[in-house]
Amino acid sequence: MATKYDWPAAEDRSLIGKRHNRVDGPEKARGDAKYSYDRNLDGMLVARLVTSKVPHGRIIGIDTSAAEKVKGYKGHVNIQNVGDEIQWAGSEILAICADTEEHARDAAAAVNVHFETLPHWVKDEDVKKAGEANRVKPAKDDTKGPDLDEAWKSADATVEGYYGLGVITHCCLEPHGQVVDWTGDEITVYASTQAVARIPADLAKGLSRDESIGTVAAESVHVITPYMGGGFGSKFNIDTWGIACAKLSKKTGKPVKLMLDRDEELKVAGGRPSDYGNIKIGAKKDGTLVAYESETWSTGGIAGRGSPPVPYVYNNEERLAQKARHLNVSTNIGPARAWRAPNHPQAAVLTMCPMEDLAAELDMDPVEFFKKNADLTARPEVYRYEIDKCAEMIGWKDNWHKRGDSGAGPVKRGLGLSLHTWGGRPHDSTCEVRIQPDGGVSVNMASQDLGVGTYTTLSVIAAETFGLQIPDITVNIGSSRLPISGASGGSTTVGGTTASTRRAAVNALDELKSVVADSLGVDADDLAAKGGKIFAKSDTSKSLSWTDACKKLGNRTITGHGKQPDRNGGKLNDSGVGGVQMADVSVDVETGIVSINKIAAVQDVGLVICLEQCESQVYGSLIQGVAWALYEESIYDQTTGTMLNPDMEFYKLPGAGDIGELEVHMVQNKYDDRGVIGIGEPPAISPGAAISNAVANAIGVRVPTLPLTPDRVLAALENA
Amino acid sequence: MQNFEYIAPTNTLAAAQALSPDAGVTAVLAGGTDLVSLLKQRVETPTRVVSLRNISALRGISKRGGGLRIGAMATVEDLLGSKAAAPYESLLQAARGITAPQVRAMGTVAGDLLQRPRCWYFRNGYGLLAKSEGKALVPSGENRYHAILGNKGPAYFVNASSLAPALVSLGATVSVAGPEGEREMSVADLYRIPSSDAERENTLAPNEIVTEINVPSASGWSTATYEVRQRQLLDWPLVTASVALRMRGGKVSDARVVLGHVAPIPWRSSEAETALKGNAANESSGAEAGKAAVAAATPLSQNKAKVQLSTVAVKRAVAMAG
Repeated sequence: MATKYDWPAAEDRSLIGKRHNRVDGPEKARGDAKYSYDRNLDGMLVARLVTSKVPHGRIIGIDTSAAEKVKGYKGHVNIQNVGDEIQWAGSEILAICADTEEHARDAAAAVNVHFETLPHWVKDEDVKKAGEANRVKPAKDDTKGPDLDEAWKSADATVEGYYGLGVITHCCLEPHGQVVDWTGDEITVYASTQAVARIPADLAKGLSRDESIGTVAAESVHVITPYMGGGFGSKFNIDTWGIACAKLSKKTGKPVKLMLDRDEELKVAGGRPSDYGNIKIGAKKDGTLVAYESETWSTGGIAGRGSPPVPYVYNNEERLAQKARHLNVSTNIGPARAWRAPNHPQAAVLTMCPMEDLAAELDMDPVEFFKKNADLTARPEVYRYEIDKCAEMIGWKDNWHKRGDSGAGPVKRGLGLSLHTWGGRPHDSTCEVRIQPDGGVSVNMASQDLGVGTYTTLSVIAAETFGLQIPDITVNIGSSRLPISGASGGSTTVGGTTASTRRAAVNALDELKSVVADSLGVDADDLAAKGGKIFAKSDTSKSLSWTDACKKLGNRTITGHGKQPDRNGGKLNDSGVGGVQMADVSVDVETGIVSINKIAAVQDVGLVICLEQCESQVYGSLIQGVAWALYEESIYDQTTGTMLNPDMEFYKLPGAGDIGELEVHMVQNKYDDRGVIGIGEPPAISPGAAISNAVANAIGVRVPTLPLTPDRVLAALENA
Repeated sequence: MQNFEYIAPTNTLAAAQALSPDAGVTAVLAGGTDLVSLLKQRVETPTRVVSLRNISALRGISKRGGGLRIGAMATVEDLLGSKAAAPYESLLQAARGITAPQVRAMGTVAGDLLQRPRCWYFRNGYGLLAKSEGKALVPSGENRYHAILGNKGPAYFVNASSLAPALVSLGATVSVAGPEGEREMSVADLYRIPSSDAERENTLAPNEIVTEINVPSASGWSTATYEVRQRQLLDWPLVTASVALRMRGGKVSDARVVLGHVAPIPWRSSEAETALKGNAANESSGAEAGKAAVAAATPLSQNKAKVQLSTVAVKRAVAMAG
């Protein structure tokens, strides 16, 4: 049933779905946007962490006597204590602060921590060796679908292969951390966080565990995060360093800044689990997929890691025989955190790569093979449409060739594809929209903009609802004292925040209409807000400019409230999307160097709010995808148990010259009726599999593991 | 970083006198693109840093005699923009491999020659010979980027310089100033494979400063550098080959072939040079020379690919020069 909250019909949308510049772009370009790292308060102290150099051990002594004598030293707090067991190198032991950053570093360097070392293990790919080190625990076998033996008998072609990808980190450009100013009973936290509204309770709980501090009320904590520099799933909590930073602020009576160093960021503040697997996959002569069997293993640190969701996307339980066995490898490396679409990128590699290999075995064009089996997915029509569209964008028909059939010369070109899915349901959100007598409009909620466009999308919703333009709207987010909204994770923000804003704006407009209706002598229901005016639909000569209409409020400010979910609030959002990506690469088979020519991405997200921000999410995903497909890898040394590349030199990310041409197509006007669905995760899933498939197509052999570094490419060619 | 005294004298002698004759006590600051990160990591903990920025005599690039004089403090950007350097193809190709504008702008030519190894064990504090509790970490560790030649131990790192292979192949020399005066040596002699913890990767005394690089005329030589690098973004080369060929009647009459990033020193390959002599300079002779260059290679557990990359680098450099 239609409600007044529903999104305007396509022909009535003047802003929704169109291309708009990022409203916070100029501030960021000018350097005016203040990130947590940019906060420098009067009298502020700087804190550094002291971390474990051993990967596994027990703390037997912490000696801070020399540190306390360092010039500028102001205080320290323990994060772990004598007797505690350390499970990874880089584990936080204490935080120490001083008057300057340099003095804090000197003080941190002067702390002596003594360990009783315990045996460590940091390797995951060689599961046999990990088993010998007693680091492997089997998870439950999982069998689904038709009888597996029968399915294998019916298969005309099977492929058995090894595939995988190692641990990577989030590598947020603004590292984790915060500035805390604890003055009296008020704790102000400038936190680099994905969860502005969640941090007060999280910090209060963490502080209240310390008997010397006593109970701290969540309401005494005020989190301020107008901008933040990347989280990707790693910044939901206040973390040990946030609690320590607050304690140091209380202890010293000064504001304290504690932002992680790059090496700390890479060692302990982010980690995407690995996944490796021996995969067997089979199909009938006509390409019908019949069976998928996997034995996988992975690590996410000391806790190991659960099974990846394989087979991925192609997982119809009635028609595809499936068996999955997973082994959990426990390692002394920094703990895993949610990374954009947790488990999906790995599952895509473990599914789409064997599928491409099977298509080659069947002598089928993978586009036809992936389309033929679309009925095994939850969204056959979406995928078929997207595969065709994406193939057109990448020039599949003209540029694809049979595997390895790529001509003379050392540089071989190839194409590959991958499919993905994600939920992206909206999170809970409350919003207050204000209309001032001077015509000013603000949208207020304790959400956050991770750099993804929240300021812009909320401006679009309010402006569209009020018939105004984007610059007419003020968006206040990034403060925990505003109406509560969810954490930004799992692609839940745009669905949740746009719905609460729409409902709040419609409610606010209703109030304004009732005021205007009297003065125009018409029914409030007859009024519409469009083009900067409020007018009677039955007689457009009865009209007031937005500003004049708001003047009728006298000295009263309207507040409209909206929330998500709201059973009576219209159908504004949904979950569950599909996307397709195709990569065009060149591989120098003499050097093993892979370069990206182009990546094309087609993505369904229901109703697009702001086309440019939506596309930006996909561009960012593709760039990040090139990084983990070709370059990124956390490299651990077994002897010392430490990460060898916690820096930006050997923890390699691509530059502008490395990413090739990127082309993005958002599916619009096809699934708009579903409402808004999140975009953060879905496009981040497929790049690795699509690029790996393109490389296999180019060089004629599968490079089993990502990143596709020159040594791995050359080894695969040699082993062929 | 550890606190240090900072001085910036205006002449080379004063700078040399301000340096300690003992290793590790003082450090020379040129562009700072390497030293500053070493200080931050506390890999280097000098008590005094002597900056060369105020010594104008160390700047500039100019023709001298038939050759080229490059001031130690000339930046990579200066080199790329220098008309005088234009005939030295292989040197400019090597400089173009330094793709970061920041490093080109701040990094100096002598600084490139003397940057410390990029070995991740060294950079993480395990020392130049990468040891933990007396045990060598590289042979059984993460050695994908380490040496395939000159790697009998105890050193396994690779020379990090982008420009050294080209300069060695061009027969360049360096002038070095110490408190006792100046001396001149070949760029090749600037490097050594350390045989103990007491030795560094270069042969300079701790209180010596490179003042200039002198490149003899390249007239009559065809030169080229081919660098295998994974990224377009600033990335340490996996392997570099610089060649200088003298041609007579379409045949190579004299050849210098120098590999970079394969050994603790720029690795001159007499085997490759012999293979080239008397042959045309093209892909096929280059491929033979490339094979000869790595015939004696002893790859470690993870760096076999560098053997292949070396042959390709030599092949392509020879083809470019031919």
